[in-house]
Amino acid sequence: MASAAVPIRAKQRPGDRVFSGSALAAGSTILILLAAVAIFLIAQGIPGVLAQPGDTVILGEKNFWDYVAPLAFGTLWAAALALLMATPLAIGIALFISHYAPRRLAQTLGYIIDLLAAVPSVVFGLWGGLVLAPLVRPAYAWLAENASWFPLFAGQASATGRTILTAAIVLAVMILPIMTAICREVFLQTPRLHEEAALALGSTRWEMIRMAVLPFGRAGIVSAAMLGLGRALGETMAVAMVLSPAAVISFIVIGSTNPNTIAANIALSFPEAFGTGVNVLIATGLVLFVVTFAVNAVARYVVNRRKEFSGAN
Amino acid sequence: MAVSTTAGNSLTHGRLPRMAPWAILVACWLVVAGVYAIFAMSGTVRDFSLVGTLFFGTVLYVAIIYVVSLSVEGRRQAVDRLVTALVFAAFIVALLPLVSLLSTVVANGAARFDLDFFTMSQRNIVGAGGGALHAIVGTLEITAVAALISVPIGLMTAIYLVEYGRGQIARWITFLVDVMTGIPSIVAGLFAYAVFALIFGPGVRMGFAGSVALSVLMIPVVVRACEEMLKLVPNELREAAYALGVPKWLTIVKVVLPTSAAGITTGVMLAIARVIGETAPLLLVAGFTQSMNYDLFDGRMQSLPVFVFTSYANQGTDGDAYIARAWTGALVLILIVMALNLLARLIARFFAPKTGR
Repeated sequence: MASAAVPIRAKQRPGDRVFSGSALAAGSTILILLAAVAIFLIAQGIPGVLAQPGDTVILGEKNFWDYVAPLAFGTLWAAALALLMATPLAIGIALFISHYAPRRLAQTLGYIIDLLAAVPSVVFGLWGGLVLAPLVRPAYAWLAENASWFPLFAGQASATGRTILTAAIVLAVMILPIMTAICREVFLQTPRLHEEAALALGSTRWEMIRMAVLPFGRAGIVSAAMLGLGRALGETMAVAMVLSPAAVISFIVIGSTNPNTIAANIALSFPEAFGTGVNVLIATGLVLFVVTFAVNAVARYVVNRRKEFSGAN
Repeated sequence: MAVSTTAGNSLTHGRLPRMAPWAILVACWLVVAGVYAIFAMSGTVRDFSLVGTLFFGTVLYVAIIYVVSLSVEGRRQAVDRLVTALVFAAFIVALLPLVSLLSTVVANGAARFDLDFFTMSQRNIVGAGGGALHAIVGTLEITAVAALISVPIGLMTAIYLVEYGRGQIARWITFLVDVMTGIPSIVAGLFAYAVFALIFGPGVRMGFAGSVALSVLMIPVVVRACEEMLKLVPNELREAAYALGVPKWLTIVKVVLPTSAAGITTGVMLAIARVIGETAPLLLVAGFTQSMNYDLFDGRMQSLPVFVFTSYANQGTDGDAYIARAWTGALVLILIVMALNLLARLIARFFAPKTGR
């Protein structure tokens, strides 16, 4: 009778111990890897942060913070512009796929949008630099002529079209797929009964979406936007190949002096960098890492609070 | 405009005929095309642009459908029509870059899509000619090693999360894997550089460092994909195995993994497709070169994305030849990625696990 208190346990065989041990080891590798990324970047970045003006060619006569400020500004500004363009588009496309397109076509249309995600960023960069930039140049010239009262369009238009706005357009196209995928998932989870109730009360399709779908999906839209922001902040090649950069802080989006982004600056400067210059670049990368990590962590936290939904990857 | 109005009942509005929106849309496109043609004939614009026609035609449609619907059907219907038009337009606007990108890559890439491109490197080539064999070999080697590193770690992590993971550690790993998918690729490159510079001294460039950088990007993708697939395996299968006295690890190896093998293959291929186009980390740690290099552990190694970038950014004399090579490199890259995607989806479709019931 006393044996009832002993819990039944499966026998632990050596194979079990080895297997579960290696599974745990692999899982821990992820934790270690992420910690290693942070530690190595910090270790190699500190000399860059502490570098004095004149220490290295890259810094010139500035100290580290003066060097990184325009880059950080450019990164945020380009990502914000991209987000501004991509968010309404992504919501529209997601609605199209979830509520407007014919049921049978919806999945195929989703695949087509996902194709955009499959295109390598370097191809986007090539396209942005050689096709899009010449294409938008006349539009910029027109804006500079007729809309220069608007602060963002002040001054001379760029003669090449390689401005931060062009880069932001490319970024917007690149972050569309992930934002669309997440919005779509959330919109599809709207309780069917809410939609039908709205329709039964005589609302049009748009009124149904406004009253049932959008309120339900608000958290999803926010986190989609934040994930898109994370992508846009870290995107390298598209910006490096499209933008003709200068070290300025300027809000003008169609002019010829544009702030560079951190990622693009690393890609362009790293091959020629040496000595402390490398440390400076790694330190700027550390700044980027911290910013994107924070943005992604918040976005994932928001997504994970809604259960039954594990991200669109 | 044919408009059917029902008079009398104050509760019913007039309705536009079913085909009216489509007719208006086509009419708008034709009008804009006509305007374009007139401008083109007068020489104001350079040439007829299909993309421009579709774009401005659609903008015109959005305005016209609202006005027409407002006058016939009333405000609420008009807003509904406006939003419908905008939502359709959003989808079309998203397609424009895709179509433009694919068509230009194919059109411009076809010029150098020849035998030389796949059989020669850029060694001692100035100006036209030469190929990207060194880049293709480099890409295949670096990506293969990256997959060799990431797949075991990713798969075992997924197994841990699905089969063993309970409590705090599992939750942290899940969360960090999610966050890791968002690590900028350039940061992964800097990380690999920092590690290898510590071991081999500053200025290090080698293909293997590129593989490590790609693994950092690839592991989270593999984990996510495998995790989803392992979760699809019905619990009844596991319970049946336990009931027969099979140890847990054998159940996983002999029952769970074979059931989800197709899905895991799909996930791994999609992960490869995702990292094979990465440029920034390879630019930093694998560097670029004009010559063949088969050795992952010795010196600079060219890869296809970096080949595209350097051809574009460092044009020598006769820049057109460099640009042409860049386009062809982009074409090859897209073909590889698309082939991987297509194959992965086919495997997923034809070998999908039977999920019971």
